Amino acid sequence: MSKADSTRSRSAEAGHWGKTVRSDVHVAFEARDSGGVEISLESRVAPYYGTAIMDQTREVLAELGVKHARVAIHDEGALAFVIAARIEAAVRRAAIALGQRSLPEQRPPPPPSQKDRLRRSRLYLPGSEPKYYINASLHAPDAVILDLEDSVHRDEKDAARILVRNTLRAVDFGSCERMVRINQLPLGLEDLAEVVGESPDLILIPKVERAEQVAEVDRMIGEIKARNGIVRPIWIMPILESALGIENAFAVASASENVAALTIGLEDYTTDLGVVKTTEGRESQYARSRVVNAARAAGVQAIDSVFGDVADMDGLRQWGEASRAAGFEGMGCIHPGQIRVIHEAFRPTATEIEKAQKIVAAFDEAQSKGLAVVSLGSKMIDPPVVQRALNLVERARAMGVTS
Amino acid sequence: MSAKVNERVELAHNAAGRAVPTMVNGKPQIPFLGAGKYQPRGRKAAPAITSNRDYPNNGDKRVADIETALRKCGLRDGMVISSHHHLRDGDKVALMALEAAAKIGVKDLMWFPSASFPSQKGAISLMEKGVIHHIEGSMNGPLGDYCTQGKMRGMGVLRSHGGRYQAIQDGDVHVDIAVIAAPTADFFGNADGSHGKSACGSLGFALADSTYADRVIVVTDNLVTFPCVPWQIQGNNVDFVVEVESIGDPAKIVSGSTQITRSPDRLRIAEMVAQFLRAAGIMKNGFSFQAGAGGIALAFVEYLKQMMKQDGVKARFVRGGSTKFLVELLNEGLTDYILDGQTFDLDGVKSMANDPRHVASSPFTSYNYHGKGNFASLVDVVILGATEVDVNFNANVVTHSDGRLLHGIGGWQNCLFAGCTILALPSFRDRIPVIVDQVTTMTGPGEMIDVVVTERGIAINPLRTDLLDAVKGSKLPVRPIQDIKTEVEKICGKPARSKLGDRPCAVVKWVDGTVLDTVWQVS
Repeated sequence: MSKADSTRSRSAEAGHWGKTVRSDVHVAFEARDSGGVEISLESRVAPYYGTAIMDQTREVLAELGVKHARVAIHDEGALAFVIAARIEAAVRRAAIALGQRSLPEQRPPPPPSQKDRLRRSRLYLPGSEPKYYINASLHAPDAVILDLEDSVHRDEKDAARILVRNTLRAVDFGSCERMVRINQLPLGLEDLAEVVGESPDLILIPKVERAEQVAEVDRMIGEIKARNGIVRPIWIMPILESALGIENAFAVASASENVAALTIGLEDYTTDLGVVKTTEGRESQYARSRVVNAARAAGVQAIDSVFGDVADMDGLRQWGEASRAAGFEGMGCIHPGQIRVIHEAFRPTATEIEKAQKIVAAFDEAQSKGLAVVSLGSKMIDPPVVQRALNLVERARAMGVTS
Repeated sequence: MSAKVNERVELAHNAAGRAVPTMVNGKPQIPFLGAGKYQPRGRKAAPAITSNRDYPNNGDKRVADIETALRKCGLRDGMVISSHHHLRDGDKVALMALEAAAKIGVKDLMWFPSASFPSQKGAISLMEKGVIHHIEGSMNGPLGDYCTQGKMRGMGVLRSHGGRYQAIQDGDVHVDIAVIAAPTADFFGNADGSHGKSACGSLGFALADSTYADRVIVVTDNLVTFPCVPWQIQGNNVDFVVEVESIGDPAKIVSGSTQITRSPDRLRIAEMVAQFLRAAGIMKNGFSFQAGAGGIALAFVEYLKQMMKQDGVKARFVRGGSTKFLVELLNEGLTDYILDGQTFDLDGVKSMANDPRHVASSPFTSYNYHGKGNFASLVDVVILGATEVDVNFNANVVTHSDGRLLHGIGGWQNCLFAGCTILALPSFRDRIPVIVDQVTTMTGPGEMIDVVVTERGIAINPLRTDLLDAVKGSKLPVRPIQDIKTEVEKICGKPARSKLGDRPCAVVKWVDGTVLDTVWQVS
């Protein structure tokens, strides 16, 4: 290594600052051979948290084993878990303290997620935008997705991974399922190594085309769980985004017991097909039906793509209603404003609920009388209809539509 | 002469427990005694008697320029010059007048604006040159920093819009010369704000000055042949009329359009406020409300509008600051009237000019403490902001948590007299919690603040058992204020308290003229 190279590798930076940046911090780190740790701080919250930030910086550096360095911090009101992540990213980029981590205090983990839980809405949170995390659960999506893939620039993957790891430890997402979208394999395996130890509830794998890819992820999750003594489930949701992926939908959906849901990414899929993506979605009708069918065949949930126009609430509602009618159980959101519309679209209608409740009542009555045949008025009700009614009533209860 | 900031100031503790100076700019002060506790006596102040014989029979009061007008008004050292903020950050007239005064060579003026804006930072150099002694009026941005750094020779005095009227009426402030920027005027001095290239809506902030000042100068960039109709300022109160090229920068007078917040968190707050009004039974036929022009308030109006339509509810009146969102309520028949104190966007200006149901009101009708009642207490519910609120519901709107002056009081204090006062706030900004143990500067006593709505829940003042009962059983996230505070401190960490200096650099007056709190010099 030349002298120039060694100098370059010993200094690095991470994070963001500037007038338009909120809740983030920029850390410029320079290792040195002696002189201890020297920190300079500029912060818009300096009168309130200046001392706390200085103290934290020293603690994090000590945990990372850094004894001599200059650190310049430009803080835009970042919370402690963000500050820790940015310092760690800068230090690691400087190729110092490899293998060391500085983990923020861990919140008590939420109860484990059920395989067939409600997944009407999942809110995408870019993996390099910490300002969106703290209040995400207030908008009450069924799930949040900390995204390491498309919303993160390729030069930021390493820092985002650390930030997402800290977020899983430190942020209260309420009753939301905590999902992480990793990168396409093999990069996604590095993501798993950083985040699985923090027990996300579900991992989304993008651009899946073959069952082996799911198996590989499943195996790695299993290894990390075993190493960390994690017993709670970590589910998998493969995203099919190509013609080949769609062709292999059933194999993918049944690649592991841990697959809880199957979904589709329409941007990449329509690109692969060489067609234009429209609001009506006729061009993807086949693929979407295929996903629903494969998911049901494998006994997992079918989840729809996202609706890209955040201003078009009528379009979103129509898409959601059509999606529910086609057999999907939920879709993605790219803005909190979409959540309520999606929940309404995926809510069974009052008529549907009423009818289902009558069938369930008839079923209960038949059960109590020891009858094998369920009848409502003059009509006999087929077992699959009973099953559907039971499912619907249970879902409606989970959605808070009925008590 | 006025006391200097760096002289020793005697302090007293007022009924709110705050240490306040007993003398301000050479005048003895009454510490805050509690809301509604102070009863002023005596007679209102009045300007000197004037006579028609001293004014031209042909009604033409025009003079060449502001400097001439000031000279004819007898401007001299130590006088009080007032100006008004109906042109907001676009105003050019106040500085024009102060600079003309500098040219004349007078010293130690007290500038008495109804509010100052960042574009008037030129006043700093006039203070450094000794032309202006000090400012009594809201200060923010560079002027606020100048004051809280202790550089102003006199003490700043912050008053509400109603309190400014009160101070003029009870003689606490005697205005020697009022300079009124007028988007339209005639040579007699009749003036109005609804028309002209610099149209801004109501001129209500200038009303008190026009009737109580010794001398009144109207400055316009749209001189029309007598009569100027309608007139909000009566020419019979005006001494001189000056025509200038431009009284202000139209782009900064009103915004082309006001913007609803796009932040999902703030939208959530706005929606919760509307839901609260519905759940508490406040939103009912014939009700009234006031909300400002901030992003949350505008979004609130939109949510409320949907609910009013759903429930078939109509308001009797809404109080402006008007915006296109209030104008839409009026046009869609969801309110009978807009009673408007100031106009924030072009739709508001147009509506006031053309729709008789959109009425210009003034600090006298709306806020004045020395009236026989005012509109503010007739309003059912008001939605306000704040920089901080404490666990006893005391709130701060004038300083940042680090003690720097940030905003004027505006009509905020006066609005607290509404039937229900709601503060709509994010629970933290840039990691800084908004709910604190004790506010940095008390601008409103907690006994008058009823509800705090944040994105993490709604806190109702325990004094308002009626409101607590009204929303019992609703799905609203009603929580003790201390609970929300604890949750936010868990997220942000507990902030260190800034150490404030021990030199008063400004005081906050309560609506009755007593001293509510002190703004301390920031080190």
